Amino acid sequence: MVEIRRSIVVDAPLAEVWALLRDFNGHDRWHPIVVSSAIDDNIDADQVGAVRSFQLADGGRIREQLLALSDVTSSFSYCILEAPAALRNYVAHVRFRPVTETNACLWEWSASFDPLPGERERLKRFVGQDVIAAGFRAVCAILAGEVNRTGPARKPAQPVSTASGFEATAIILTRYGGPEVLAAQNVLVAKPGAGEARIRQTAIGVNFIDIYCRRGSFDMVTPPGVLGMEAAGIIESVGPGVTNVAPGDRVGYACAPPGAYTSARILRTDLLVKLPDFLSDEAAASLLLKGMTAGFLLHDVYAVQPGDIVLVHAAAGGVGQLLCRWAKALGATVIGSASSQAKAEQARRLGCDHVIISSREDIAGAVSRLTDGRGVQVVYDAVGKDTFVASLSSLAPRGHLVSFGQASGDVGDYSIDKLAHRSVTLSRPNYSHYTDTSTKVKRQTERLFAALKSGILVAERPRSYALTEAGAAHRDLEGRETMGALVLIP
Amino acid sequence: MAKVYASIVITAPANAVWDVIRDFNALPKWTPFVAESRIEQNAASDKVGCIRNFRLRNGGRIRVRLLALSDYEMFCTYSILESPMGVENYLATLRLIPVTEGDHTFAEWSAEFDASPDREAALVEDIGRNVFAAGLGALKAKFSR
Repeated sequence: MVEIRRSIVVDAPLAEVWALLRDFNGHDRWHPIVVSSAIDDNIDADQVGAVRSFQLADGGRIREQLLALSDVTSSFSYCILEAPAALRNYVAHVRFRPVTETNACLWEWSASFDPLPGERERLKRFVGQDVIAAGFRAVCAILAGEVNRTGPARKPAQPVSTASGFEATAIILTRYGGPEVLAAQNVLVAKPGAGEARIRQTAIGVNFIDIYCRRGSFDMVTPPGVLGMEAAGIIESVGPGVTNVAPGDRVGYACAPPGAYTSARILRTDLLVKLPDFLSDEAAASLLLKGMTAGFLLHDVYAVQPGDIVLVHAAAGGVGQLLCRWAKALGATVIGSASSQAKAEQARRLGCDHVIISSREDIAGAVSRLTDGRGVQVVYDAVGKDTFVASLSSLAPRGHLVSFGQASGDVGDYSIDKLAHRSVTLSRPNYSHYTDTSTKVKRQTERLFAALKSGILVAERPRSYALTEAGAAHRDLEGRETMGALVLIP
Repeated sequence: MAKVYASIVITAPANAVWDVIRDFNALPKWTPFVAESRIEQNAASDKVGCIRNFRLRNGGRIRVRLLALSDYEMFCTYSILESPMGVENYLATLRLIPVTEGDHTFAEWSAEFDASPDREAALVEDIGRNVFAAGLGALKAKFSR
């Protein structure tokens, strides 16, 4: 018999974790390898003896029975009734215990089974890594707010293939790593289900979040999966119950789940936006995510006021350009930082009142000089490690630092005591919390389209790469070689 | 019946932590509140059934009996025979669980006991904070220096 025991400390109160994981039929909402799950015979998921029947991302189907459930010890046990893998006598136990010191909890997950001869190592790996460790990571990401919890939007996109599908070219994340792990592959895209549409994509946006997903820094995509948060295209067909879009509509989106690096895909339709005529597919694919980001950063996270002095790092970058133009239009004085002379000139063209070349000048010193020692009201910082301290030092008393990315690396541990030096505040907004419902997307896109139409923002022509050159696009974006946006064209 | 519970995560492998707490007579080495301790009748401290006789820094003397010790599951269970605390049927377990993701240790200390109703809440608070949480905190500090 093989026994696997693993455990992890989850940084959330036991009640919150138990509320998410007690549901024996809820694993399709968090486990990356579970595509869909249903309880046999329409009984409740907390009825001991209930059987859950679920489908794996690789097409396999498993039936498991609930053997025990305890709200006293926050634990449950289950066994496998049927599975394609030779997991005989498989029994698993899950238990949560509170960590009273920190209001976190311990999650224990163990499984025992009898492997067929020769299958022992493979099955140990499957259960230990693909089932248990992958489940740990997914739940931790959800509880940390890195991934949206509601609905199937949390599921990492998986290439699907059925007899009724049609062919597409997808860029598959074969494993976590550098740009070389991206590989083009022909896939079949299934028919859209209820509430979904099949989209033939014409332009796909490339964003830094894709690189974080590729490296495995974010758990939103599990290999083999498809990266990409944003694209434009034409609705090819819709599933039952879809009323907000119809075949032939030109649409765009910038939302989870990842899966945009493909010539066609299935997506829930509630986060799709119909594109205005003045916006090309390429512009939309390069602008939606960055534009909605700039919009909520300048209006919702911190509402920029006329007379504010605003510091924008990476002012020539994708979001940076939009922030500079838009903040200027809102009546702010804009100081941009850029890493090179060429980028600094670009930032100045975009309307920055002052530009600091971060490779030559001390940012905080330059800001102090430019503001007569008063500092700025808000800093928009997506650079992270290299700029974080300078950003805090650049703030005026009661100023606000918006840390919304980490292109140069994780900021690391930082004592919050230092915020008191100037009574500054800090926020770390997560895109999905501002764009995860149709109402929020409508609000953000209306604001963005209005800014584009009025000329406050200009849709710069993005640099385009063939879809199959996704690795090269990543290399250029990561090398900070680029100014403005990148798109992939299928 | 009253219940007390406290737990903590220690950034050290479970084997290393177990080496410290496995010795039923080692309380003076890792807790802040035990002044001296001995095992009665010169018994080995891992003999199930042995009696630990120890004195607290505040002067109180307590005798407890080791009821279970597991090197496999890393826990020990003991009952109080005599104490100044005014508790009956006191049964406590100190348990370690390896945290495999990160190779750390989860440590929990729990007890159940009977006491007069007017003293029960104060005892739960006192034992939970000043014995269990304080003991676990000191154990954690020993490994994080």
